[in-house]
Amino acid sequence: MSAVFYLIAALTVAGGLAAVLLKNLVHAALAVTVAFGGLALLFLSLDAQFAGFAQILVYIGAVAILIVFAILLTRGSDLPKDGVFSKTWLIGLVIAAAVFSVLGWAVLSSASGLPNESAVPAVNVHDIGVALVGRYVLPLEIVALLLTAATIGAVIVAMHEKDGAQ
Amino acid sequence: MTPLTAYLLVAALLFAIGLAGALVRRNAILVLIGIELMLNSANLNFIAFWRYGPHPEALTGMMFAIFSIAVAAAEAAVGLGLVIAIYRHTQTTDLDKMNGMKG
Repeated sequence: MSAVFYLIAALTVAGGLAAVLLKNLVHAALAVTVAFGGLALLFLSLDAQFAGFAQILVYIGAVAILIVFAILLTRGSDLPKDGVFSKTWLIGLVIAAAVFSVLGWAVLSSASGLPNESAVPAVNVHDIGVALVGRYVLPLEIVALLLTAATIGAVIVAMHEKDGAQ
Repeated sequence: MTPLTAYLLVAALLFAIGLAGALVRRNAILVLIGIELMLNSANLNFIAFWRYGPHPEALTGMMFAIFSIAVAAAEAAVGLGLVIAIYRHTQTTDLDKMNGMKG
């Protein structure tokens, strides 16, 4: 593995850890943006250009902004008095550590004999577009419907209700 | 260590971090951030298996990752809208204080 991979992986994991551990929610949102950027770089290092740039557009461009808006609308930047961690934090930590040890054991003990170790896949954005409107056109339409419904639903749920009227 | 193993280990670590964030923090927005991290680590697995799998030209893993990104964006929008609606009702985003079903 190259040094570039270790650098990007360390950046991503550090961003994720900082997002979970930082007390200030705005700082956590910035840290999770760093983690999203590191993941986009990992996608690019896996020769998945389209997924990498889609990750940058969707996560850094939209989801991070949504998170910041939600933090500011709920005054989440004020630090709570009784700590940021839940009462059952120890159980949660144990569960997460157990899940990681099981996943890591499964990955390390499995024989990774996949044949395509070196060759770069000969796939470009044109192929992805053809596949999207060809074989995967029904999922594409369903995702379009889902995104429309989610947008309308989010606006309706977050819309300010007038006093008395439901 | 093969490249695939390294990517899978990074994805497993990110998944565990996201799970810890979703279970340990008491702010609802931080829980959503943890869920987003978990979804992203699953996407990293899809892309890694697509890259090192036997038939990358079939685009299966890539398509799964793209649709997963779209669904995660919809989930984030609805989830954060729900957090804002609950905050307007109860004036808190602390999950330990949201313990009533009838407002």
